[in-house]
This record gives sequence, C-alpha cells and structure tokens, in this order.
Amino acid sequence: MIEGVSHFWVGSMIEENRLKQALLEALVQAVTRLPVDVVDALKRAQSVEGSEPAKAQLEAILSNIEIARVESIPMCQDTGIPSFFVEAGVDSPHLAMLRSAITDAVAAATAAIPLRPNTVQPFTGENPGNNLGRFMPPIDWELVDDDTVTIAVLPKGGGSENMSTLKMLSPGVGIGGIKKAVVDHVIACGGKPCPPTIIGVGIGGGADVAMKLGKRAVLRGIGSRHPEQVVAELEEELLELINMSGVGPMGLGGVTTALAVHVEYAFRHPASLPLGIVIQCWAARRAKVHLAADGTIEVS
Amino acid sequence: MRVGDILYLTGDVFTARDEAHRLMLARYGKREAMPFDPASMALFHCGPVVRKTDGDWKVIAAGPTTSIRMEPHEDRFLAAFGTKMIIGKGGMGSKTQAALKKHGAVYVHYTGGAGALAAKAIEWVTDVFWLEKLGMAEAVWVFQVRRFGPLYVTMDSAGGNIYTQLEKSVAENRAAIHARIDR
Repeated sequence: MIEGVSHFWVGSMIEENRLKQALLEALVQAVTRLPVDVVDALKRAQSVEGSEPAKAQLEAILSNIEIARVESIPMCQDTGIPSFFVEAGVDSPHLAMLRSAITDAVAAATAAIPLRPNTVQPFTGENPGNNLGRFMPPIDWELVDDDTVTIAVLPKGGGSENMSTLKMLSPGVGIGGIKKAVVDHVIACGGKPCPPTIIGVGIGGGADVAMKLGKRAVLRGIGSRHPEQVVAELEEELLELINMSGVGPMGLGGVTTALAVHVEYAFRHPASLPLGIVIQCWAARRAKVHLAADGTIEVS
Repeated sequence: MRVGDILYLTGDVFTARDEAHRLMLARYGKREAMPFDPASMALFHCGPVVRKTDGDWKVIAAGPTTSIRMEPHEDRFLAAFGTKMIIGKGGMGSKTQAALKKHGAVYVHYTGGAGALAAKAIEWVTDVFWLEKLGMAEAVWVFQVRRFGPLYVTMDSAGGNIYTQLEKSVAENRAAIHARIDR
C-alpha cells in the first residue's frame, strides 16, 4: 500500500514538473515574441502614419520586436508582473498542483530568461528577487464545467498599468458618458502608457468586477469582436474616436493612439455605472497553457 | 539642440530612477562625493534587466521608464550634478523645463519599451552602484553606449516643448470628438 502511494506521489510530481516547464515556456514566449495579431497591427499603423516622428517610433518598435524574437530576449526591460487567469475544469485531475506549478514557474522564469525582479514589499521596500511575495503572482481562478485547465499568462508592465483606472459613473450619463470618459482618460494619459495601446473596457458588475472585465478584455486578440452586435459597434466607435485625438505613437502625435478597443460587460446595480479602463502598452505580451485531463500540455 | 532634432549618442550614460534620485540627492545634501562623475554623462531614466555571465555584466534589456515620476527631484538633481542630457520617456514638467533653461540641458525621448534595441547599443557595463541597497531596477548602472538612438529632442534649453505644442492640437481634437459623441 505504501508502494502504491509513493508511485502516485512520484507520478504527480512528474506532472507538476511538466506543467511548471510548460508555464516557463509560456513565459519565455510571452516576453520575447509578440503575438502575430499585435505585430500585424503595428505594421499596419506604421504604413498609415504620415508624420516622421510617428513613423520613427513605430519603426523602432518593429526593429526592437525583431531583435527580441531572433535573440530570444525580453522585448521590454519591464518584464512586468506576470498575472495568471486560470479556467479550471471541475473534473480535471490536476487541480491540486496548479498554484505551486504557477508559483514555481515564475521564480524559475525570473532566473532563466531573465525577468526583472518586479515585486516589492510596499512598507519595507524589500524586493525578494524572484517575482514572488504576498499575493504574488496574481492568479484569477474560474471554475468551468469540463476536465481541462486553461491558464492565460499576462506579463504586464507597470507603465501601462499605472494608467489603468476605475470610474464610478452616474447611470444618468448613459453610453455617451461612457464614450466621453474613455476618450478623455486615454487623452489624459498621453504618451505615458507607451501607445499605440490596446484598451480594455469593463462595464458594470461593481468596482472590482469592472476592473477585472477590463483586464480580461486586454487578453483578447486584436481583430476579435464582442459577440453582441451593439457592443462590437461600441468597440469600433471607441477606437475611431480615440484615434481622432491625435495623441499618436508614444504621445508624440499621429493617427494611431490605440490599436484596438475591447469591451466586456456585466449587469449593473441600478444606481451604479462602474467603468474599468485597463490600458495595455504596444508590448501586448500574452501566452496560454492548455492542460488536458490525460496530461497532454499545449503552449500557445 | 532644439525640439525636433534627432541624435545618436556615443559615450557614457548612467541610469537613475526614483530611488537613485532620492539617494544621490540625500548624499549630496550630506556633502558626500559621488562614486562617478554625473556631469560628464547623460542621465537615463531606466531600470534595466542585467545578468552576470562569467563574471561580466551583460545588459539584456534597457528601455526608458516614465520620466514624469522623477519630476519632484529633477531640477535639484540638475543643479547638484551638472548633467546636460536627460534621456527618458513621456517628457517632464514645468520645474524641469525651467531647470533645462537654467543649466543649458536638454530632454530627449527614447522609444518606450524598446529594451532590446537599447541593449544592442550598450557596448559594456562600466560599473554599478548601490545594487544591493536598491535592487536591479533602481540601482545606478553606468553604460558605455555606441550610436544609442534615435533620441528625439522633445524639451530644449530655450523653452521648446513638443508636449505642450501637442496638448493644444489634442485639446482641439477632443472638442471635436465630444461634439460627435453628442450628435
């Protein structure tokens, strides 16, 4: 009986190690290779910009992305704080090891890639050097009704995150008020979040839900549309309005301030209209790990 | 150098972010000497990713950080240390603008996030100061750079400021956007 238990223990250790390796691979991929949809959007932006400074900024970004890809080095020195979004199938046999696999992968990636040590104790200033610490890395857990586990990895830098914001609007301002609030905020940010950006908009739910929706919206690929027509039209219109501002790449002027706007919504309290705006810089780094019930792992 | 100029830098650069500004100004206040010569180098707002390989420091990524965070310290920093060029991202405020004029210095913009491109222009790491105390991102790194750029002059010593110029046109565009939303 003891023998059977130790075989199980060794077996699950091997599984956890495989998942940790896959998460490490996902982090390497995320910080060194920008997703194709983002690269294509940046190339399109470069071709439509008219002014010299705007074109030069996009050219520098595209050269930088190529160097990072070829040499497998981080494309930005702020490798961010890697956030994880787990969709855990209730029937997956692998749930118990998820948290430690994720945490270990972050520490391993910090040494291996390397990632910049980006976690600091807010009262003492101590930096543990491995991107861990209290409530680090941030992991969002959702239960889903199957037997697979999907883990989205989002290494997000501080510059863009500093520009994320929550506005508790009065429902009376309506959709027009939402549009004005989003446009005004993006304009106020100027070049600080490293435009051209991807803007995640979360509407409703409550203060925390609106911000969570905004952050999930940023995980969507460029070119994805919200499945509901009214929301998809709002996404398109917001993108157009934001690009009318002229803030441009790096806030130095131009026609591409945002590459995409993605909107997610929840129902709301009758007296509240929470609006979460999450700004993602041009280095929209992301990756995904899929863990099947039989232990097959895919990194994408 | 005037707003709109584009240049490439070869020479010495030192990094200093929030904590390094505080630390250096505190030491200056106590009349302690600096272990390097800030007046002969460009100041780079940057928290690089650096790794030690075979005893040598190698810069993996070194893009600029958001400069406005250093606005509370920068005018005193320029007065204390005599640096003539600030390399950063996003521009700085009116106190720094006035200090640029007073000390004949400029602020240049380097493309945000272009950490790999910047690392390519760094020939070697000359030294690092206060690494244990401040950590990798906040320590003062001294780099020897070659053709580091493109550096775009966005604030000059004659009061030129591309950000205030753009603010005007963006404000006009904002009014047009609001009118369209209200239609």
